[in-house]
Amino acid sequence: MQLGALFPLNHLGRYLHWHFINISVSNLIVMGLMVTAFIVAVLAPFPGRNERGGKK
Amino acid sequence: MTIEQQWTTRARKQVVAVLPPDKLLPDTQPNYVSSWIYVFGVATLAALAVVIGTGCVLSLGGPVWWHNSSFGNFVNSLHLWSVEIFFFTMVVHLWGKFAMAAWRGKRAMTWMTGVITFLTSIMAAFTGYLSQSNFDSQWISTQAKDGINATGAGAFFNVLNMGQMLMWHIVLLPLAAVLLTIVHVILVRIKGVVPPIAETDNA
Repeated sequence: MQLGALFPLNHLGRYLHWHFINISVSNLIVMGLMVTAFIVAVLAPFPGRNERGGKK
Repeated sequence: MTIEQQWTTRARKQVVAVLPPDKLLPDTQPNYVSSWIYVFGVATLAALAVVIGTGCVLSLGGPVWWHNSSFGNFVNSLHLWSVEIFFFTMVVHLWGKFAMAAWRGKRAMTWMTGVITFLTSIMAAFTGYLSQSNFDSQWISTQAKDGINATGAGAFFNVLNMGQMLMWHIVLLPLAAVLLTIVHVILVRIKGVVPPIAETDNA
């Protein structure tokens, strides 16, 4: 099955409009994912950090 | 002329003095590099390699063949999604480095080459939109021409000229982006990864 069949793509994109801000929902989702990835990357412990024999 | 005076000998000595092999390909990094935030720079490099590789495959058959080929559609999708990942990881990398004030310790050139690579990549993406050889690219080019013409650049950078935009997209801008990336990585190797702010305050 093609992925496009699961997510109907043959229609206009959804947009959020607030005052002068006009942004597509898909762009907003990507921006949210980037912010989430940044926060997780800063806070999540890196595996094997204490066992590594890196320079001090 | 002695061997010591040869330009190859002098150049080799200068290169090794600035970037010795253990700095170019180090086997250890400082402890503070053990963080997920440092993964995004190398993830950007990996995505760039896929972007260039899939772009090379697309260029084999010219600008339109992939519209009518299932293999071509697959490679085109790989090209698109590797670009999405490229920009995603590059922006997180940028935020991380901005938060670290990564230009500290005489690393201004490292920061600036990153900035210029980012801007070059945006240009490469925009000319990619114009190189799709479909109605979407036609629509985008007619919208872009007014903006470009308002800057005066339209006299030599004609977004309605598909051939010119394709050449910029597949030759000039990727060449600039890859060369700048190589310089950026070499500068990271020469100067080392920027230490955390608290680390330099205590030093």
